[in-house]
Amino acid sequence: MWGRLKALIVKELLASARDPQTRWVVLFSPPFLLLIYAFAITQEVKNVSIAVYNQDVGIEARELISRFEGSPTFENIVYLDSTQAISRAIDSKQAIMAIQIGADFSRLLAAGKPADVQLVLDGRRSNAAQIVQGYAVQIVANFNAELAREKLPPPTAVIARAWFNPNFEPLWFAVPALFAVLTAVVGFMVSALTVARERELGTFEQLLVSPLQPVEIMVGKTVPALIIALASATAMLALGWLVLGVPFRGSLILLYGSMTVFLTSIIGIGLFISSLASNQQQAVIGLFIYMMPAVLLSGYATPIENMPDWLQWLTETNPITHFIFICKGVFMKDIPASVIFAHTWPMALIAAFTLSAGAWLFRRRLA
Amino acid sequence: MSEELVRIDAVSKRFGKNGPIALTRLSASFFGGHVTGLAGPDGAGKTTLLRLIAGLLKADEGALDVCGHDTLRAQGDIKRDVAYMPQRFGLYEDLTVIENLHLYADLRSVTGGARTDTIERLLRFTALEPFTARLAGALSGGMKQKLGLACALIKKPRLLLLDEPSVGVDPISRRELWRMVYELVDQGIGVIWSTAYLDEAERCKTVLLLSEGKLIYQGAPETLTQSVAERTFLVADITGDKRAVLTRALDAPQVLDGVIQGDAVRLVLKEGEKAPNADVLQAGPAANVISTPPRFEDAFMARVGGGAKGASPFAGAPKHGADNDEIVVEADALTKRFGDFTAADRISFAVRRGEIFGLIGPNGAGKSTTFKMLCGLLKPSAGAARVAGLDLAKAPGKARARLGYMAQKFSLYGDLSVRQNLNFFAGVYGLSNAARKGAIARMIETFDLESYLNTNAGSLPLGYKQRLALACAVMHDPDVLFLDEPTSGVDPRTRREFWGHINAMVSRGVTIMVTTHFLDEAEYCDRMALIYRGRAITSGAPDALKRRAASSKNQNPTLEDAFIALVEDFDRKEAA
Repeated sequence: MWGRLKALIVKELLASARDPQTRWVVLFSPPFLLLIYAFAITQEVKNVSIAVYNQDVGIEARELISRFEGSPTFENIVYLDSTQAISRAIDSKQAIMAIQIGADFSRLLAAGKPADVQLVLDGRRSNAAQIVQGYAVQIVANFNAELAREKLPPPTAVIARAWFNPNFEPLWFAVPALFAVLTAVVGFMVSALTVARERELGTFEQLLVSPLQPVEIMVGKTVPALIIALASATAMLALGWLVLGVPFRGSLILLYGSMTVFLTSIIGIGLFISSLASNQQQAVIGLFIYMMPAVLLSGYATPIENMPDWLQWLTETNPITHFIFICKGVFMKDIPASVIFAHTWPMALIAAFTLSAGAWLFRRRLA
Repeated sequence: MSEELVRIDAVSKRFGKNGPIALTRLSASFFGGHVTGLAGPDGAGKTTLLRLIAGLLKADEGALDVCGHDTLRAQGDIKRDVAYMPQRFGLYEDLTVIENLHLYADLRSVTGGARTDTIERLLRFTALEPFTARLAGALSGGMKQKLGLACALIKKPRLLLLDEPSVGVDPISRRELWRMVYELVDQGIGVIWSTAYLDEAERCKTVLLLSEGKLIYQGAPETLTQSVAERTFLVADITGDKRAVLTRALDAPQVLDGVIQGDAVRLVLKEGEKAPNADVLQAGPAANVISTPPRFEDAFMARVGGGAKGASPFAGAPKHGADNDEIVVEADALTKRFGDFTAADRISFAVRRGEIFGLIGPNGAGKSTTFKMLCGLLKPSAGAARVAGLDLAKAPGKARARLGYMAQKFSLYGDLSVRQNLNFFAGVYGLSNAARKGAIARMIETFDLESYLNTNAGSLPLGYKQRLALACAVMHDPDVLFLDEPTSGVDPRTRREFWGHINAMVSRGVTIMVTTHFLDEAEYCDRMALIYRGRAITSGAPDALKRRAASSKNQNPTLEDAFIALVEDFDRKEAA
């Protein structure tokens, strides 16, 4: 039995290493994607253009505008001369935000009365616009505070301090989640295509007429996929730490332990899809149908807390959800083993279910 | 001579800069009003040539003139005059027969009354009228080809290109396809029929033989056949082992080629040689060597210089005790139901040690189902399949360890080297370390694989691929070897080499189970069962089946004639 299993595992690893396509898809592309995505998918807004329509000639209005000019966020400021120009600037995406300062701005301030500044935002780019709005509000608030200081004693100041990520480094936030998702993708790719490919080539029948039992084939497919995915994950981990400078504060042993369980559940799903499919094309479609919602509902892109209750309950059955939680925990802080375990046993349960479903399907397709 | 439809002038085609050469400076002509055979093994360049003629590929060098048009400049005219039926006809499997026809009529802008008439005529022509509402995907292989042909004929062409129309088609449907093609020829259409089967090429008026992208013969098949006239003999009434007689005959210096033909051995002699004496061949007291009319394949083999000489390296002392009455494979009332449909209905037979047993029958008749149940790929609904006395349902692992299996497509791992493939299969069959080393060394020596050990299996030449597949299937020294369409699409030389190995294994006491479409291959069987409508309607030695089908009209039927006669006979009895 061990000899047969060993032969299967060695064959599987050799086949992956010798096939240039697999080599590229599995070993090189995930770290590469990690690099690209880490820089592309970021919540930070930099280098945007804004527009200013200043109807006031007073010194206060100039002062406020110069603060916008001085901010590193806004690369370019377009000066407008009419209300119509505002709508043109927003419409043509020349600016993401337009600031309109009324003609009586300085006069009202000098009289000690409240004065308004209007912000017009491009709602089509809602995420970026919200962030830009935040910056603008901040600048206006600082401006207010200084104006007030000249006349009154300083009011209570808020000093914010971000734990675990003191400078709000977007990479620190993006990489752990990306790492989890890309690890899942590798696990899926290696496992979902393997049975379908053998079926297409006719070698699967050759395995079935050999003394191998369906369970042995299942194990012989799971272990190599696990080894390959772990290797790929290690490469990504090293890249995140050494090149991207993302901290790793938790326990490596706990991460690898939970990752093994996570990957087993992923590979179980992959093998299940693969044994349903009769060729690689079907396997790829099946994989896509599963992976889209699994990634979108994993808390990777949007917080799970924002989802309706019934959907939140459903995400519990998604191994990616659990592993993203663990990854964020071990990268940015040192979460205790008990918390990791609380998210590992659901994945173990999923793995047990999907692997036995896969083995059952194997046997059923024989009949 | 009728009009020249296609003229090919020094055409070469290569796929990719360093890719395989498909055609090398090929010049040929095709004429209207008859069937031209385009024969050659897989990879000889048949499909490439057809696609060049249809204007679907561009030649690297040379020119093609089709129906008076240049294939590159006048694609519209080519499309009007030429109908092309690819190997897997582009049928929409989720549409019904009639929907497929309507679709192709739309695509070819055949509308109105002409369309109704055409479709009605084609349905009658192909005898598909009763099945118009059936999904194309649910048709048998033969009916699919007929529907494909109908779709290609929606607009009457001047030239019809058929790419291996008889692949996956049983002898009965094949005969109907030929009848339909002859009718088209009578209407003046030129037909090019490509095939890997030489017996089929023999039926064409002229034939082009391709080998590795080169034209090796062009002309009437009879002309080539006559080149070996008076040189073909049968060693009949052999007592004892006919396979040993064949081996001795191949060793004789005057023999160019030899094959098993039923109970006899068929020989082709070198030019000017005399037939060997039956005594020299040790064929037994009753044996005699008689002259027989030559066949196209004989002439082909003579043209390529004959088959492999001498004994296969597999030959050797019998590995098992000489107990030749031992039953090694047994089908005991094997039944398989898929829903309401009974694919195999109480099929029973027993195969003794050292026998070659064939399963033949039309597509969808239950032959593959039976075969799969016997090697453990399918679970029977009722009945039992036993290998070496072990029930496949009760002791699957043990039983499977006793059998070897070689599929049509040589199921090898293309990205692994020859050595890695051997290692893998040795491991899967649980050979211990010492046994594994011994077995692998033996296989490398036997099949002469030494020089290819580090080559990827996927890039081996066809003959070596076949050797490696066979090596992987027999490394664990099985009692039974299952062969699923082992030599379809393989050239006659490689096929002879393959059967040389099989014959040698049989002489050592290995039992062979084989399914085949190719009835020339069935001649190698000692006995066979004809599976039809899920039942084993008859079984026996090839010659016995031929005798049973002999009639006053056809006194010397081929195995294919016998096959058709027996099936029709069964249908008549069922109807009565």
